[in-house]
Amino acid sequence: MKNPVTEYGDLQSRRSFLSASGMGLGAAACASLIGNQAAAASPGVASRPKAKRIIFLFMAGAPSQVDLFDYKPDLHKLFKTELPQSIRKGQRVTAMTRGKEKLVAPSTFKFARQGKSGVWMCELLPHLSKVADDLCLIHSFNTNAINHDPGKTSFCTGSEIPGKPSMGSWLSYGLGSLNKDLPDFVVLPSAFWSGRVNVQALYARLWGSAFLPSRHQGTSFQTVGDPVLFLSNPRGIDGKVRRRMLDSLSQLNQKHLAEIGDPEIQTTIAQQEMAFRMQSSVPKLTDISKEPKGVLEMYGPEVNKLGSYARNCLLARRMVERDVRFVQLFHRGWDHHSRLPDNMRGQCRDVDQPTAALLKDLKSRGLLNDTLVVFVGEFGRTVFGQGNITRDNYGRDHHPRCFSGWLAGGGIKGGMHYGKTDDFSYNVVENPVHVRDLHATMLHLLGVDHRELIFPFQGLDQKLTGVEKSRVVKEIIS
Amino acid sequence: MNRIRTLALILTTLSVVRTTQVLADEFAPTAKEVSFNRDVFPILSDRCFACHGPDSKVRKATLRLDRAGGVDGAYRTHDGSTAIKPRSLEESELWQRVTSGDVDQVMPPPHARKKPLSREEQAIIRNWIKAGAPYERFWAFVPARNPDIPRVQNRKWSRQPIDLHVLAKLESLGLQPSREADSRTLIRRLSFDLTGLPPTLDEIKVFLADDRPKAYEALVDRLLAKKQFGEHVARYWLDLVRFADTNGMHKDFYRNFIAYRDWVIRAFNDNLGYDDFVRYQLAGDLFPNATNDQLVATGFSRLHLIIDRGTALPEESFFKNVVDRVTAVGTSFMGMTVHCATCHEHKYDPLSQKDFYSLFAFFNNIDAAPETNGRPRNGLQPPFLALGTPGQNRKLQQLDKQVAESLKTLKALKAKVAAEKDPRKKKAFAEELKASTAKHEGLKGTRDRLDRQILRAMVMRERKEVRPTHIRIRGQYDAPGELVERNTPGFLPPLKKTGKTATRMDLAEWFVDPGNPLTARVAVNRFWQQFFGTGLVKTSEDIGAQGEVPSHPELLDHLTVSFTASGWNVKALVKQIVTSRTYRQSSVSTARQFASDPENRLLARGSRFRMDAEMIRDQILATSGLLVNTMYGKSVKPPQPDGLWKSVTMIGERFKADTGDAIHRRSLYTYWKRGMPPPQMTILNAPNRDACVARRERTNTPSQALLLLNESEYLKAARELARKVLGIEGARASQRLAFAYETVTSKLPDQQERQILSDLLRTLQKSYLESPALAAEICDGLNLGTAGEKAQLAAWTVLVNALYNLDVTKTRE
Repeated sequence: MKNPVTEYGDLQSRRSFLSASGMGLGAAACASLIGNQAAAASPGVASRPKAKRIIFLFMAGAPSQVDLFDYKPDLHKLFKTELPQSIRKGQRVTAMTRGKEKLVAPSTFKFARQGKSGVWMCELLPHLSKVADDLCLIHSFNTNAINHDPGKTSFCTGSEIPGKPSMGSWLSYGLGSLNKDLPDFVVLPSAFWSGRVNVQALYARLWGSAFLPSRHQGTSFQTVGDPVLFLSNPRGIDGKVRRRMLDSLSQLNQKHLAEIGDPEIQTTIAQQEMAFRMQSSVPKLTDISKEPKGVLEMYGPEVNKLGSYARNCLLARRMVERDVRFVQLFHRGWDHHSRLPDNMRGQCRDVDQPTAALLKDLKSRGLLNDTLVVFVGEFGRTVFGQGNITRDNYGRDHHPRCFSGWLAGGGIKGGMHYGKTDDFSYNVVENPVHVRDLHATMLHLLGVDHRELIFPFQGLDQKLTGVEKSRVVKEIIS
Repeated sequence: MNRIRTLALILTTLSVVRTTQVLADEFAPTAKEVSFNRDVFPILSDRCFACHGPDSKVRKATLRLDRAGGVDGAYRTHDGSTAIKPRSLEESELWQRVTSGDVDQVMPPPHARKKPLSREEQAIIRNWIKAGAPYERFWAFVPARNPDIPRVQNRKWSRQPIDLHVLAKLESLGLQPSREADSRTLIRRLSFDLTGLPPTLDEIKVFLADDRPKAYEALVDRLLAKKQFGEHVARYWLDLVRFADTNGMHKDFYRNFIAYRDWVIRAFNDNLGYDDFVRYQLAGDLFPNATNDQLVATGFSRLHLIIDRGTALPEESFFKNVVDRVTAVGTSFMGMTVHCATCHEHKYDPLSQKDFYSLFAFFNNIDAAPETNGRPRNGLQPPFLALGTPGQNRKLQQLDKQVAESLKTLKALKAKVAAEKDPRKKKAFAEELKASTAKHEGLKGTRDRLDRQILRAMVMRERKEVRPTHIRIRGQYDAPGELVERNTPGFLPPLKKTGKTATRMDLAEWFVDPGNPLTARVAVNRFWQQFFGTGLVKTSEDIGAQGEVPSHPELLDHLTVSFTASGWNVKALVKQIVTSRTYRQSSVSTARQFASDPENRLLARGSRFRMDAEMIRDQILATSGLLVNTMYGKSVKPPQPDGLWKSVTMIGERFKADTGDAIHRRSLYTYWKRGMPPPQMTILNAPNRDACVARRERTNTPSQALLLLNESEYLKAARELARKVLGIEGARASQRLAFAYETVTSKLPDQQERQILSDLLRTLQKSYLESPALAAEICDGLNLGTAGEKAQLAAWTVLVNALYNLDVTKTRE
């Protein structure tokens, strides 16, 4: 099969038109419109894909690596001492920290080795600790942004400056759809969370398609009303009326197609039919009433609440089951500048059990093999505290130089940790993983070379990973 | 081809965009006429400039191929090898390399991940070198000159230069233009293109009855004179400058920018010269005795995203704001991606980092705080300007005086009360004080209410002392490099300074100088795009080296020259375009022709494209009779699905829809929250307005189908039209059908269409009679008598809903 990316040529510059001639866009594209499941090898696929889909658990607000994953027992001896200059090394700070003392605040939580692999985990994550052998913990994540908006924007789009497509849009654009009646890229923001301080905003651009065609933008599922905007028939129109109306509509559109000749009309007809199919496929997707009791219990009691992180984890599983390519959860409430321990307990309660359940659920269905799960926030938090630091109450500021997260599933070695920070969890001392390295690695696992997933815009070959060098972290790939 | 090497195993049916048949044959140059700019430059830029281009830092082998001369130019000899030896393929290293079969020799090298030259491209290079490898200055950086009017065979079609340029190209390919569209299509097309709204039935009638030869021109004039013209054209500008009602970062606070939006509308309606349109926006504050309009226009430089205080470092925010401003200047007025040079020399265009910071130096000289101080009061961040009407100002002055007087009285009374010893008198005075206080508070309230009504606008204000500007190394705000002076890019005509230090006004004058090759060209190209769906240069945001070359370069030059010669007269340009035969062609064609030129780049037919979100919504409002034509003022919030703001906010914001007339105003006035813009707009490709956008994409997706089928306000509008249809007294069903059809599509239904629709109507009536509860839901809120009446209205509502979902309804034919 020849390359069937139809709209691509349409969005191309003339120069690219010239070179596209060899690809036989056009006829081949038309033919492939019909058989959408034909997953033939494309000359562009760089490696054999190890994953087909991604679930990205985005902890918006940036959880503290010091309190969750990056265990530094010796810090207790340094309680409330000034962070050495040799560690700070002229690090940028936020407006909140500038000019203030930087006193070490060790974590108040206990850590223990977990699983056969013996990775260190915090006591707040008992359920995740039980699946520790599936996780690849990364302690050496780093980013450039020191504030939430640019941090999240660069995590989700590869660039701090708004105007670039999001990860899921790139995947939808690059890999196409695996299913025929659901979107490729779904976003599930939690409707509530336990963190009670500084709840950070989200922005539509975090799942926007920017200069990629808008069909690649994330569909954000709503917790109020229709899960997909405008999905339900309005009051006074039922399925029967709608069907009857669509039949006539299609007849009229067909007639106009015959008269005018523009194949775009055919597309309109097809999309109206697709919309109609979504009216039944989406409710089936979000209806969890047939889930076995045991499964629901595994995700915890919150699963019964619409819009909970737990419910969204379950929906994420139901989506990847239906081959949605990219599911991104946003759980807010991690921005703990003050009262970190209390807020951390609540947030961990929100995510610990459902996340572990998701991994187990995927595994039991054989989906974890080819579904990559990523758990991370936009940056980390400082080892020095904010506010009046006590042993059991403190806050932490933003910290881009190092933070922790984990990957699991599709193509990832479980039960390992990767990368190392210094004794203060302040600088990466071994195997740094920049955000764009994570992007490159995710794409690699899906069989895509990040250097080749490109789209010409504003005179550049635009890429998710941007212009700086990025690296596939091969060491964590099974 | 390389750009899609990795793409697409599978094609989604979720959404399908039209297929593309490559126009290689039409565009491929023949051996005898290789043009450097059109044919050679794009190849060199795309494959070679990354390592052999303007950026000296990454240049390899001291060779740059963007110029011929100099020690590193293409003709240079280095280590005994000459990159390009004119007329000699053997001695031209470049030719040897691009055709080499040796992986260690071939250019571009495999590690560069650039596609090797195709045979066609090799042929272009070969013919070019053989012809002497002449270099030309990049087309877009050379001022437009009026080209000769081409000769055509078909002399009868038209005498207008636009048409002759288009026809010459068609004839050279053995093609002919299409016939003229029918009158109904023409008036519909013109009405949408000039006002963003469909024609009314009366307007159609008048136009059809007008058999004067000048009927079409008269229609154009009528439409150009409408107030809706300015509203419609302004909308494109608002995308370009990322106009919005919120700050777009962090807490995404409200901002008040409506004065600027309203000025843009008026500027287009008053046909302000585009040169002044540019001058005002760039430097309106620097006019002697600047008018309010000139000051409001400088809001252009305040439209950037801005963060609220507390998390970022102000120095960094300041830097980002200025970069955002300069980026907007680049996209809007230069059609160039100048911000690439924030961090490094431009890889493709000859724009150095120094050039970028020399422009930056014009825009960093304002004392506005770099971050908002929490929630800006009334959405305004100083400096701003009060724009009271003379009446309002007078009244405010009066009230201020009264408030001051009443305050005096109050003080005197207080003193009196305090001083008085006699309890009886004291009590009386206290009573008096109470009454006076109430009066005072009332006055103050009136005064503040009036004050809030007074329009205010954020503006640019030049600092007395010009801030020194440094290059920022690698674009880091805290890494100052070389000191630079205000200047324009070196590869463009020099800036004329009126004093020792260049001013923003000098810069504005430079932009509208006849010698500036970019400003008019970029504008004309965007206007063309508005009327044909695609610009003559398709990449209207970038006409630089990596942009596309024009489909009709001479035509673009002609329009550019005539535009500036007309005094930058926008309405004249628009009129010239829409009165051309090219514009008036029918968009009906064969499937084969659509497939061979899907974007209509050759202009062998009228363009056909899906209308923008605003036009689709406005059309539904207009045809149903709900549209409220109030112009200007506060942005409005038509209903949207619940929970959208809640799902993103960090300040507990909830969307609260307006009620009454506000929700039926044109979409241009819809409140635009950058963090979560209205879904009715974004689903149909409206941008978030957090970055400058010169052209919207046009896709066709199931979400769009869901929106148009199910949006409840749109269904209400359908019901309104249905009521109008049923309100026609004594009409037969077929007449009612024709009325509805014509109102929505501007066409009359033919026999087959009538048949399909009356069948639909009959079945719907039957269904609704059988399900009276369902019919009652549609009729909710109306005082209707019998079940039969309800079923009737429900059936017609769904029928109109079907009409609103026709492809021809959402498409500009």
